[in-house]
Amino acid sequence: MPEVAVPPGARTMILNMGPQHPSTHGVLRLVLELDGETIVHATPDIGYLHTGIEKSCEALTYHQAITLTDRIDYLCPLTNNLCYVLAVEKLLGLEVPPRAQWLRVMLNELTRIASHLVWLGTHAIDIGAMSVFLYCFREREDILRAFEIVSGQRMMTSYFRVGGLSLETPPEFLPHVEKFLGYFPDRLEEYEELLTRNRIWIGRTKGVGILTTEDALDLAVSGPTARASGLDWDLRRDNPYSSYEKFSFRVPIRTEGDVYARYLVRLDEIRESLKIIRQALDGLPDGPVQARAPGVVLPPREKMKTEMEALIYHFKIVTEGFRVPPGEVYQAVESPRGEMGYYVVSDGTSHPYRVKVRSPSFANLQALPRIAEGRLIADMVACIGSIDIVLGEIDR
Amino acid sequence: MIPPEVARIPDTAALLEFDPGAIAEGKYDRRELTLMISPERLFPACEFLKTKRGYRYLSDVTAVDRYPSEPRFEVVYQLYCHDRKERLRLKCLLNGERAVIASVVPIWGAANWYEREVYDLFGVQFQGHPHLRRILMPEDWEGHPLRKDYPVTGYR
Repeated sequence: MPEVAVPPGARTMILNMGPQHPSTHGVLRLVLELDGETIVHATPDIGYLHTGIEKSCEALTYHQAITLTDRIDYLCPLTNNLCYVLAVEKLLGLEVPPRAQWLRVMLNELTRIASHLVWLGTHAIDIGAMSVFLYCFREREDILRAFEIVSGQRMMTSYFRVGGLSLETPPEFLPHVEKFLGYFPDRLEEYEELLTRNRIWIGRTKGVGILTTEDALDLAVSGPTARASGLDWDLRRDNPYSSYEKFSFRVPIRTEGDVYARYLVRLDEIRESLKIIRQALDGLPDGPVQARAPGVVLPPREKMKTEMEALIYHFKIVTEGFRVPPGEVYQAVESPRGEMGYYVVSDGTSHPYRVKVRSPSFANLQALPRIAEGRLIADMVACIGSIDIVLGEIDR
Repeated sequence: MIPPEVARIPDTAALLEFDPGAIAEGKYDRRELTLMISPERLFPACEFLKTKRGYRYLSDVTAVDRYPSEPRFEVVYQLYCHDRKERLRLKCLLNGERAVIASVVPIWGAANWYEREVYDLFGVQFQGHPHLRRILMPEDWEGHPLRKDYPVTGYR
């Protein structure tokens, strides 16, 4: 971080940026202390979107809490679903059938692409490239369409359940993903043509907002932001979950640590996600999508109408939920923004005793002052965009 | 006390060698290691784990409220080691009347906001924190929402 020396007797100005500034991607307030146009100190002020999700979870059953996890990070709802259900499955000691695991991987990578597309579009529009935004949202719509096919919802999917998926995918889902994989790589090239060698883009991003590896580690920065600073760490590869160890993919790393490096890392990640989806489509195993755990997984609709036992289980799960043995687990997954962790404590009842969400944006935002201090105020917009924050998961 | 299979784990063994009285209890459950640390020995233990055991990354700091039993608060630290790809969880028990613990901000910079969040939502004080104030709730808010005696709905 370049030290800014304010000459003695000189006066700095305090500028309030946000909470309704369009480049803050939500409601983030930044208190900037400026010397001319140079940022001397930046202090993020958060909490405007605090809705007490962790507290609300304590009043719900384990199944009901899934619907809240969508709303924590609205750009990657399925990643949140996955992380939470993995934590509860770990508490229960439940094994999920391979087909469900592979579909979870496929949907998670689609989510990653959708999230990166929103990031790319909004980041570009912040810096002044209008058309990329429109293209990104056009392609994202197709991914949201895939979510709608499987879950009936474009965004708040709640598709993963403890023990597997809520339903088998409808027949049109896999052809839809196949079609997406067919045309998307060309579209990605189009974005690159618009930005990667664009002189204005390079001028606004290269060498701007540098984060060193040391600072990334110290401030617990994770995900693409850390990987652009040379930290070779991806939870999908290093602590695999949901069968990620069966997929082959590369973890893109760059060492420059600037805004441009973060951009390149995320674009490469989209390519790797496409590879993973391809493998998941080609090798998708047959079989059930729910574990055989009658007291935990809701019975199929038809059985419920013909079998007494299924009806009883259904009634019990819906009215009182299922009991989870006492204990505590911390489950982390690689969300599009970094290490997303759910720490779930059970006291043996059907309600979680404590749910703590370790959100990647929260830690990443803490690094923003270190990235932006000493730079010009115009660079602030590029810096905020490059760490890809979602205020919903910061404030929870 | 510390079960023998937990004491054999390299992290536990190393920490016991560094400070035999640091660990009050330990468990290895669902492939996760949890060590209960005496609050007054937390800071040197963390320093040791970071410099000698490679836990350079603090994933998270949070708390659990065991109200009405005492000691009421569990402050929970999730550590991660990038070299061995391992996780370690530290826990400290704190009494309700004197919920004060040493801040680990000098060891991991990331603890700054985590500890502010725990202070905000649970009312646990972190001694030596550079700027301990509310982070999620408004600054004039009364009470600490994640405490178990704080209602989920309605007024207090």
